[in-house]
Amino acid sequence: MPDRTPQLTIEEVRHIAILCRVGATDEELERLREQLTHILEQFQVLQEIDTEGVPPTGHSVALHSVMRDDEPGPSYPAEEVLANAPRQEDDYFRVRAVLE
Amino acid sequence: MDNALYYLSIREASQLLRRREISSVELTRAVLERVRQVEPAIQAYNAVTEEVALEQARRADQRLASEDAGPLTGIPMQIKDNMCTKGIATTCSSRMLESFVPVYDATVTRRLSDAGAVLVGKGNMDEFAMGSSTENSALRKTHNPWDTTRVPGGSSGGPAAAVAAGECLFALGSDTGGSIRQPAALCGIVGLKPTYGLVSRFGLVAFASSLDQIGPMTRTVEDCALVLNAIAGHDPLDSTSIPHQVPDYTSALRADLRGVRLGVPREYFGEGIDPQVEATIQQAIARMEELGATIVRDVSLPHTRHALAVYYIIAPSECSANLARYDGVKYGYSHAEAGSMWEAMEKTRQHGFGPEVKRRIMLGTYALSAGYYDAYYLKAQKVRTIITREFQDAFQRVDTLVTPTSPTVAFRLGEKTEDPVQMYMSDICTIPVNIAGLPGIAVPCGFLDGLPVGMQIIGKHLGEETLLRVAYAYQQSTDWHQQHPPLV
Repeated sequence: MPDRTPQLTIEEVRHIAILCRVGATDEELERLREQLTHILEQFQVLQEIDTEGVPPTGHSVALHSVMRDDEPGPSYPAEEVLANAPRQEDDYFRVRAVLE
Repeated sequence: MDNALYYLSIREASQLLRRREISSVELTRAVLERVRQVEPAIQAYNAVTEEVALEQARRADQRLASEDAGPLTGIPMQIKDNMCTKGIATTCSSRMLESFVPVYDATVTRRLSDAGAVLVGKGNMDEFAMGSSTENSALRKTHNPWDTTRVPGGSSGGPAAAVAAGECLFALGSDTGGSIRQPAALCGIVGLKPTYGLVSRFGLVAFASSLDQIGPMTRTVEDCALVLNAIAGHDPLDSTSIPHQVPDYTSALRADLRGVRLGVPREYFGEGIDPQVEATIQQAIARMEELGATIVRDVSLPHTRHALAVYYIIAPSECSANLARYDGVKYGYSHAEAGSMWEAMEKTRQHGFGPEVKRRIMLGTYALSAGYYDAYYLKAQKVRTIITREFQDAFQRVDTLVTPTSPTVAFRLGEKTEDPVQMYMSDICTIPVNIAGLPGIAVPCGFLDGLPVGMQIIGKHLGEETLLRVAYAYQQSTDWHQQHPPLV
């Protein structure tokens, strides 16, 4: 953890917004900058803890990879699955052009 | 109207149903009428599924007639709106999923429907279960039945308010950092977060996958055991569900606490906890001592105060990954006026998600991003290990731990919405339990100026039987759970 909470810049917040594809106005970005900075300050308490040699916990239950037999079964009908799609064409989800 | 049908416990209603003194249709109509009566003031439901309910009630009556019935057959329930119900909208109280209709049932939905329970409707919640007051719902504000100017807690505020107000006999909630227990405490009901992995999450809309767990919200501890019986157990559709032989949880219930060692961890008392709440919990502890429990007061969990930071790194990190699926292509909201694919995705997420959800996605994205992963996410996971070990050490000496559930009674609507960190503090007593994957239950233990207080009992990994036994014995010696909010 950094020694002091980084003062997030508006450019950094804009960059995070792009990474997670959340559109935001300049006003929203500024408000997020203030709030995220305040939240990150709360994380500083973790710095006081010595975690040398402590293994990380990803899951509270020690489950290993769970495997099953690969047996074919019926799928949901395409019509039902596509019923929630905002845009569709034939049996496909319709997406916007990836390349301009 | 304390003898009203809608305030029956599951156990009482089940006995009347099986003796054919009432029918499920009659009981369901009484609940639907109650919903019509109080819902304008409470707003616990995102949708009331009256036709489905009456159809399921008729089928339950047939099963009761042919003596093919269990304790939940014919019992009206609410399901939180983040659990899939086939053919019935499952919105997560988000604009993003407002029109989403699942093509399958969650495992819990299917198990309860197989048990003959009657779906009255879907419960309001904080959007995507992120919040502690249900004020982050994009659809409606739920009010606390004990004082409608106050919040019901969250994120399972709809289920908690519905159970407290007699708008169902029980509900299912989900709990990532306290979302079953904190609203249960604030609404004066029982709420259990089972051991991580005890209940299948197939069909639960994912928020933070290493923490999420589904559990019962009921008016009595016995009812809680009955619902847990129906939903617990391994599910091949959820690879994180534990292969565990599920007992009959009601058989553990006894009226005394002889031989039980209850620990009182000092970090859960004092600073940050309302002194009156603390005094109420201490009275409950004294009561449990009278019932035969041995009280162990020199228990310490020193890293408790670090749990909030651990949680607000891990949960948003996992949420930022889980919520990446909302891209406006496969289902859910899709922003129409956009040119490119990237623009469409950004606008869909800008307008489909509310402020708290966006805040957490941003926070998690930051914590996981290059250069910060070790400092935040990895560090939090290591402290998670330390917190888990402290609980394990404590459970070498005691059978369960007793703490407050919420640091305060229900706060006013709007009181904490401007300050995210203040809102996050609502869960300081419940979050450590999720971090360690342990079971925890909120049980009503008194009132302060007419507002409910709930104590939290924390159990060992898969220690639900002892947990329920302690909660049951305490509840049998009190009448807090028999009091109802002063509505109409």
